[in-house]
Amino acid sequence: MSGRLSRFNAASLALGFAFLYLPILLLVIFSFNASQLVTVWGGFSVRWYAALFRNEALLEAAWVTIRIAFLTACVATLLGTLAAIALVRYGRFRGRTLLTGMIYAPMVMPEVITGLSLLLLFVAIGLDRGFWTVALAHITFTMCFVTVVVQSRLLTFDRSLEEAALDLGATPLRAFLTVTLPLIAPAVAAGFLLAFTLSLDDLVIASFTSGPGATTLPMRIYSQVRLGVTPEINAASTLLVGFVTVGVTAALLMRRAARAQADF
Amino acid sequence: MGGALRARAGRLVVIGLPYLWLAIFFLLPFAIVLKLSMSDPVTAQPPYAPVLDWRGGPGHWRNFLLSLDFENFETLWGDDLYWSAAVSSVRIALVSTLLLLLVGYPIAHGMARAAPSVRPILVAMVILPFWTSFLIRVYAWIGILKPEGLLNQVLLWLGLISEPLSILNTQTAVYIGIVYAYLPFMILPLYSALERQDPTLLEAAQDLGARPSKAFWTITVPLSMPGVIAGALLCFIPIVGEFVIPDLLGGSDTLMIGRTLWSEFFSNRDWPLASAVAIAMLLIIVIPIVVYREIEAQRWEPRQ
Repeated sequence: MSGRLSRFNAASLALGFAFLYLPILLLVIFSFNASQLVTVWGGFSVRWYAALFRNEALLEAAWVTIRIAFLTACVATLLGTLAAIALVRYGRFRGRTLLTGMIYAPMVMPEVITGLSLLLLFVAIGLDRGFWTVALAHITFTMCFVTVVVQSRLLTFDRSLEEAALDLGATPLRAFLTVTLPLIAPAVAAGFLLAFTLSLDDLVIASFTSGPGATTLPMRIYSQVRLGVTPEINAASTLLVGFVTVGVTAALLMRRAARAQADF
Repeated sequence: MGGALRARAGRLVVIGLPYLWLAIFFLLPFAIVLKLSMSDPVTAQPPYAPVLDWRGGPGHWRNFLLSLDFENFETLWGDDLYWSAAVSSVRIALVSTLLLLLVGYPIAHGMARAAPSVRPILVAMVILPFWTSFLIRVYAWIGILKPEGLLNQVLLWLGLISEPLSILNTQTAVYIGIVYAYLPFMILPLYSALERQDPTLLEAAQDLGARPSKAFWTITVPLSMPGVIAGALLCFIPIVGEFVIPDLLGGSDTLMIGRTLWSEFFSNRDWPLASAVAIAMLLIIVIPIVVYREIEAQRWEPRQ
């Protein structure tokens, strides 16, 4: 099916992408609105960004969120990559079905259930809720996404290079670090960025597992949004959207680079 | 010998670490939810009767098992509120999935028909909003849909309406929000099914005299059914448990089971009942997955 776009195809593409992008675009435009009224254009201004950077509570929440997202991404990438290697390289080990299930289930599990169950665990083992509990929860649900990304790369990967290294006397660890890891690095990096983005964006799981002093940015935005739309939140949202866009674009480019490499 | 030992140790770490992590932070919490759903609420901190005390010995364990009951499930079963929340969640999820198919199919079809060099860019453009903050994408609609919002301004300016429509905090707003937020989940599986189709099949149909619409309904649509089913499941499952969209865009009459769980937990502080709601929600979600797997198994069986 190529190159023969009917008028209907072209129209549905145009309308579809307009639908996907217009709301975000409007949000970005109105974050530069001088007027206090969110939906009346009063000229260009960056006053809401200035207000944003004076809003201590919001900045504090942003800092907490970034720290959690970074920690989450590091640990989730490690655990997710290990799980991917286990699933692809160790074939049929005992309990493989359970591991596969535990990887896929958190991805389709409604967030309210994941959040509730983790909170109950933290209460049961007497862990004080806060920064660390949110990070633990985020690592758990993001590592599964890392596994899926890395797994798909490992499956398309030419094992003969690794086997050559082993034949020449390299230990498995050395073969992994010098041959396999550099080859799957783009997928691992993409997984890292995914985990970072997912953690940055999560509201529901964080709301359940967070405690005093660890309010994340989505939680702060949510509580303000419930009171109504404010230009300041538009500005905060625009920054967050910009951040995520850069991250996702980088992840996509890296995966593309990985594929180009795989073709050689 | 040392090498073999090291290889085994390596294997243990590679499999063991993620395994242990998921067992502690995924399986165990789940077991606790199950257990708590059968416990009684207590006015205390934390607000439920104690978890199993492992030090008690067999006699204690027996008492513990005897103390479990299905009282919370009986409450859910007997209360109209929970029934209507469950029914309304499933109804909203079904209608939304249908709407998503209607909106997503033409877009996926257009993407599959585009020139091969453009397709990866189109795919990236669908994925991008999918990873852009969910909360913010829902929030953006508040500014558009509210009475003095942008949609009403445009409609008033065009003269299509004479006074603002109230869309925000209604079921309509929930549907708009869900379709918007889940559209990428629907488009991507549809696209991958449509893109794989052999274009010569359509050419053959046309050579044999079929009109394009007939060729579409007899060839393109049946062949894309795996994508339709995958997309429908990918949307249906999370929509059933959706909390943010009905909470921000819906009205007080928009009942959804995810929202019920949230308020049972945060407002009423009845943790055992919230756990029972979670288990009930999982059952609602697991049924379509099992049905799907059955269908898949039947589809593949004859070929093997």
